[in-house]
Amino acid sequence: MSSRDKILAAVQANKPATMALPDIGIFETNAKGSLEKFATVLTTIGGKVVFVSGYDEIKRIISEQYGGNVRIVSPVTELKGISKDNLADVTNIHDLQDVEVAILNARFGVAENGAVWVTEDEMHIRVLPFVTQHLALIINADTIVPTMHQAYELIGNSAYGFGAFIAGPSKTADIEQSLVIGAHGPRSMTVFILNTNKSG
Amino acid sequence: MEHTTKDHAELAQEFNRDEERVNWHDETLWFIREKRDKAAHNIPEWEALRETASQIKNNVLSNLDNYLQQFEKAAIANGVTVHWAADATEHNQIVHKLLNEVGVNRMVKSKSMLTEECGLNEYLAHHGIEVIDSDLGERIVQLAGEPPSHIVLPCIHKKKEEIGEIFHQNLGTAAGISDPQFLTETARQHLREVFLTRRAALTGVNFAVAETGEFVVCTNEGNADMGAHLADIHIASMGIEKLIPERKHLGVFLRLLTRSATGQPITTYSSHFKKPRPGSQMHIILVDNGRSVQLGREDFRNSLKCIRCGACMNTCPVYRRSGGHSYHSAIAGPIGSILAPNLDMKQYADLPFASTLCGSCSNVCPVKINIHEQLYKWRQVLVKDGYAPTGKKAGMQLMTWTLSSPGLYHMAGKAGRWVLKYAPFAVNNKLNPWYIHRDLPTPPAQSFGEWYKQNRK
Repeated sequence: MSSRDKILAAVQANKPATMALPDIGIFETNAKGSLEKFATVLTTIGGKVVFVSGYDEIKRIISEQYGGNVRIVSPVTELKGISKDNLADVTNIHDLQDVEVAILNARFGVAENGAVWVTEDEMHIRVLPFVTQHLALIINADTIVPTMHQAYELIGNSAYGFGAFIAGPSKTADIEQSLVIGAHGPRSMTVFILNTNKSG
Repeated sequence: MEHTTKDHAELAQEFNRDEERVNWHDETLWFIREKRDKAAHNIPEWEALRETASQIKNNVLSNLDNYLQQFEKAAIANGVTVHWAADATEHNQIVHKLLNEVGVNRMVKSKSMLTEECGLNEYLAHHGIEVIDSDLGERIVQLAGEPPSHIVLPCIHKKKEEIGEIFHQNLGTAAGISDPQFLTETARQHLREVFLTRRAALTGVNFAVAETGEFVVCTNEGNADMGAHLADIHIASMGIEKLIPERKHLGVFLRLLTRSATGQPITTYSSHFKKPRPGSQMHIILVDNGRSVQLGREDFRNSLKCIRCGACMNTCPVYRRSGGHSYHSAIAGPIGSILAPNLDMKQYADLPFASTLCGSCSNVCPVKINIHEQLYKWRQVLVKDGYAPTGKKAGMQLMTWTLSSPGLYHMAGKAGRWVLKYAPFAVNNKLNPWYIHRDLPTPPAQSFGEWYKQNRK
């Protein structure tokens, strides 16, 4: 008997009588997510929130902040020209180790925890949002959902090879509970919110 | 895992030699418990979330065989290879075999309490394979040659000066540095080199979804992602109880996990691994190692609902003052004390007694495990099956004998009051294990029986 069959047989023999799945519909809401809450929570956990009116503004802010001497990469079509790299040409993922800034589109934000959902489609290369020294994600202002329940409703049964909620910069408090930003991943995480109406 | 012949009380006593450290440990963990409270109170539907999570996990346990097969099928369809390990040894052998197949003898690993439970690092080291733990806290205890003392905060028992010394000895920093910012930056540089050069990565699993075959790994540091996305082969080890039925159920658990653990609204990274990166391998090892047995113990099966948040440790008055290593088991604290005896009743017979049964653990548990009731029930099972510590057994026998005879009972009461009054040193000494951990009360002048006889009209 294989271990698989042994384990399954033992589980089947020992499991309790069937218990019904609860209805998680009680957590549903029609309310829109609050942009203000998203911005507040993300700032509290160490992220930066920048409201912008368009991609040109993002280009301007990035070049003001990082200048032209560091490696910036972005697969975002509207930001063409900001990067000398073409991510499609990167054949060895280890070549990304010196990326200073990565700017990616993201799907939506979650108000209750400041998390932003990004999938492999936006990352192009999975390690990019983790290996970069600084990460910037772009979302539309009208994509904020209130809680994780609505987040998973939006994700639905969409197909992805890899996806992640990213909430703030990489951090640790493993040494005496002192918070240090920049553990292994990005030292900063900025969310650009594309918005024409800033009141949210 | 630590192998020791000392029991919880003896190990706690060692930890308690440094009173300042105990106070610091106690206060720090209580501070995290308070952060958890604040986070929970911010969610009006918190109790409904706990109840829902508990019911989802009940459903999982009652249908685990089917969910496991559903998960396996979906994962295989995603291009993932699924392995089954009946016990720790088989798990370690599978990892070893996979590394051999790709010709790798160095691996980077993110936090996985299961691999601590299985003793994977020692096993691989014995076979000439180097494993580097990449979570900062785990790396620190690994360099110190110790196991983690807390499932979420692995080096919570260490002071920054000690960590500075460990880095000085191992990573070449100057002596006397204890600034957390500087030490973290040092570890960042050291581990970045590791991430970039290791072709194999192992991660744990926080949740696995039966419906989709994907699994979710939560970290604040990003170490699981750095390891997995840069490696040619990603091995994910998970206990069979980590399954949840559908993707949408992740919403419930991700809302509860980090708020319960550290008071954060969510971890920085909640990574959903579904398919291997093109050109790389992804493997999942489903590990039983006693879980199917625990599933059959009606009084204890609820312990399998645990999502490893550590809230029960942070709130536990015994854990906070005895330190994680006093539990001499991969998982410390209240939850560890009900999981460990399932694996080995003899070795862990002391753990269910390392509790005041105050119930705080059950009150903060995000999946509503009746931890303190199970601790109480384990005591009964252990005593009945003959695993109770000898001293306790003898004491209980004496009590049974005394309490079953009114004459002996009155005599013992009188003797006890006399001794405490005239010869307290007879009990207040180091030979009495009960006294070591307690202050004895002032004895009353007479028993209630004597008082009643005198005052009855």
